[in-house]
Amino acid sequence: MSQSAPRDPVVVRWLLTITALAFLGLFLVLPLATVLVEAFAKGWAAYARALSGDDALASVRLTLLVAAIAVPLNIVFGLAASWAIAKFDFSGKSLLISLIELPFSVSPVISGLIYVLLFGLQGWLGPWLDDHGLRIIFAVPGIVLATIFVTFPFVARELIPLMEQQGREEEEAALTLGAGGLTTFRLVTMPNMRWGLLYGVLLCNARAMGEFGAVSVVSGHIRGLTNTMPLHVEILYNEYDFVGAFAVASLLAVLALVTLAAKTALEWWHRDELVATGH
Amino acid sequence: MLRLDAEEAGRLILAALFAVLVAMGLAWAIPGARAAETRTLLNVSYDPTRELYQAIDAAFITSWKAKTGEDIKINQSHGGSGKQARSVIDGLPADVVTLALAYDIDAIADKARLLDEGWQKRLADNSAPYTSTIVFLVRRGNPKQIKDWDDLVKPDVAVITPNPKTSGGARWNYLAAWGYELHRSNGDQAKAEDFVTRLYRNVPVLDSGARGSTVTFAQRGQGDVLISWENEAYLALKEFGDGFEIVTPSLSILAEPPVAVVDKVVDKHGTRDLAEAYLRFLYTTEAQEIIAGNFYRPRDPAAIKRSAGTFPVVKLFTIDAVFGGWKQAQTTHFADGGVFDRISARK
Amino acid sequence: MSIATLSWRRRTRVASSVIPGFGPTLGFTLFYLSLIVLLPLAALLLKAAGASWAQWGHILGDSRVLSALWLSFGGAFAAALINAVFGLLVAWVLVRYPFPGRRIVDAFVDLPFALPTAVAGIALTALYAPNGWLGRLLAPLGIKVAFTPLGVVVAMVFIGLPFVVRTVEPVLQDVDLELEEAAASLGADRLQTFVLVILPAIAPSLLTGFSLALARAVGEYGSVIFIAGNIPGVSEIAPLLIITRLEQYDYVGATAIAVLMLALSFSLLLAVNLAQKWRSTRMGG
Repeated sequence: MSQSAPRDPVVVRWLLTITALAFLGLFLVLPLATVLVEAFAKGWAAYARALSGDDALASVRLTLLVAAIAVPLNIVFGLAASWAIAKFDFSGKSLLISLIELPFSVSPVISGLIYVLLFGLQGWLGPWLDDHGLRIIFAVPGIVLATIFVTFPFVARELIPLMEQQGREEEEAALTLGAGGLTTFRLVTMPNMRWGLLYGVLLCNARAMGEFGAVSVVSGHIRGLTNTMPLHVEILYNEYDFVGAFAVASLLAVLALVTLAAKTALEWWHRDELVATGH
Repeated sequence: MLRLDAEEAGRLILAALFAVLVAMGLAWAIPGARAAETRTLLNVSYDPTRELYQAIDAAFITSWKAKTGEDIKINQSHGGSGKQARSVIDGLPADVVTLALAYDIDAIADKARLLDEGWQKRLADNSAPYTSTIVFLVRRGNPKQIKDWDDLVKPDVAVITPNPKTSGGARWNYLAAWGYELHRSNGDQAKAEDFVTRLYRNVPVLDSGARGSTVTFAQRGQGDVLISWENEAYLALKEFGDGFEIVTPSLSILAEPPVAVVDKVVDKHGTRDLAEAYLRFLYTTEAQEIIAGNFYRPRDPAAIKRSAGTFPVVKLFTIDAVFGGWKQAQTTHFADGGVFDRISARK
Repeated sequence: MSIATLSWRRRTRVASSVIPGFGPTLGFTLFYLSLIVLLPLAALLLKAAGASWAQWGHILGDSRVLSALWLSFGGAFAAALINAVFGLLVAWVLVRYPFPGRRIVDAFVDLPFALPTAVAGIALTALYAPNGWLGRLLAPLGIKVAFTPLGVVVAMVFIGLPFVVRTVEPVLQDVDLELEEAAASLGADRLQTFVLVILPAIAPSLLTGFSLALARAVGEYGSVIFIAGNIPGVSEIAPLLIITRLEQYDYVGATAIAVLMLALSFSLLLAVNLAQKWRSTRMGG
């Protein structure tokens, strides 16, 4: 990776390196450090107290629940979509791929708004839902839906190029040898997909747990019930409980760092299997 | 045609998986799908009342348990008053609403028909168990020498106030300023508009709720003066120590934040008795003491006497007298195309 | 293979009829997509379509809407530009100059992907507020970041940071050294080589990264909302305007602005994609 090292003068190298590191330090390290410093500004006791409050614990539970529903659903979708796209040819494939990538271009606020329009009391399905005692908006299902919307491209996006790169020969060979569809999928396709899938799941999960804008619109902010961790951070922030807000934020920051570490480990050890997606 | 057995098996598994996950989700959506729970009230309130209702809820739960032996739970939601009203209209299942101004509850009655139009007459004092007013919070020593409303339009003064489009407190602030200049100029609406325009020109940041503005002013050090609910100002003093002072203007508006039971919701939840008792509780001596302790002006004469030292005497006008009530004020000033839109466009 | 099976294959237009599962997987994919994406978006478009021409004119002519769109798109553009320049720099340093801890730095670049937006929002605000670490240093210089459009750009730079780095890095790694050596042997200095040989090679990926960063920053809410000033006409971002309209019971207005934002974003991405395609066909791929 140091092909041009002998070619560039040392001064230039140092200058560029330091500038790049300064840029990263300014925009990445400082904000992260701020979270940790502010969280512990009043000591360990205050930090622990902030995290053990009822509402804080409820928000952690809700965040985990939402991720536990959204991520598996998106995995199923990702597998189905990439199978259909990679193993078959049909017209409209590019359109389908663009549609799958759609949520990336949509503002989180809009992502939440569309569900309010659909399921809110004044929306299309609102009155019907209300008559049947079903609550979607301002309840957990609404939060799950909004989270699914924002995160579902992640898994599909990892798997589609990976499956396309794998081609169809292996599966076709297995099938001509007499394996059933599901067996083929299990024993031939999945082992090739393992690391790409895991990679997509990591990103999907990080975003699912951290989503703020979309969830803020559909949540209702009922403490202890419909506040995820990011929303709870906002609530604490607005109650002058800055230590509390940064304490919960620090949990999310730790989650982010763990995600990064896992991602890097994956890339390091399974570079070949991930190469199709440009990592 | 193709290998149907593997096909069907695959399809069945996918469908089963999906069904299980959907069922999990629905189990959360349908109330009562879980095992029989304690009865719960949802109180949808405005931004600054977080601490107040934390105390009130605890007291009511104890009192209710003592009276009926029933364990209950009260959930709270807070945000800008207008924003909260919108959420209730969109389906947030509030058993009671305790908002910043009558218009927001009128809107819920009007647009979602969740309660009766005559809701305000159901409880004493226009359904407002506490009142408040608008004061200024300045930095210790009052470096910019802010004494009254007209100091807020001076060119070198930065004013913090929330967004009237989302915050109830912001609308009270606006009307208090307008009312002051109207009074001073002997009813000249044009002068009042000019005054308020100059005031908003001094505003560097508009938060979506009263609490957001307090955070901006007190924690983030923005601005020279915060126009705020009286109770917010006192709470800020308590939270942030002696870095701040309260300045009481010569004239301010009587703010009556009302409370109401949301009929359709309590009838569906079977919590009407609970909700009505909860709101009636706000008028009891015990609750009025808590209210005064949180720097809201109580209605109960005994509590007023006891807390007389806390609250300064302010000359107050009402929204009915000066603006013809909330509906009128909302249409004229805060609705789309109203005076506030004109003022913002002019900056 | 019997004749019947062959003609079936032709009828279904499926290239590989040996692999099963086309029906169920495509069916499920379309079902999921429709439920989660298409149906709600249709609700959005229909609601916006309910606006009369007069209302559309009113919204498009509203200076507050235009200012918010200008801030969101303009700020995102500026931020994406900054990310293009510095992202290229970071990618260059990571690929070409090894230094101890390079792998950790490389991993760290993805932080904005993994960190929740609200956390980034309060952290950046704490940092750049007048009493924050950086705000305190900048105040004497007369530079105000928090609550100004500059703060919005800073948050957007954070959000878009990984995009350019990640799209340029692999291409930079694959740049053929022989081309550089050839240029050097023909007498070009490093700068000339960079501009005339390397830059054109990575230009497409740079453009892709730029547009991804742009698209992401335009709609960003969580990290921007804490540091933005929210003054109408000055420092109010478009997503906040949508929420404000929503809170005024103005659903039509909210959806109209949302549709406008979507249309502008898509046009931008489409333009970039077309430019890429045109360029690649012109240069032969």
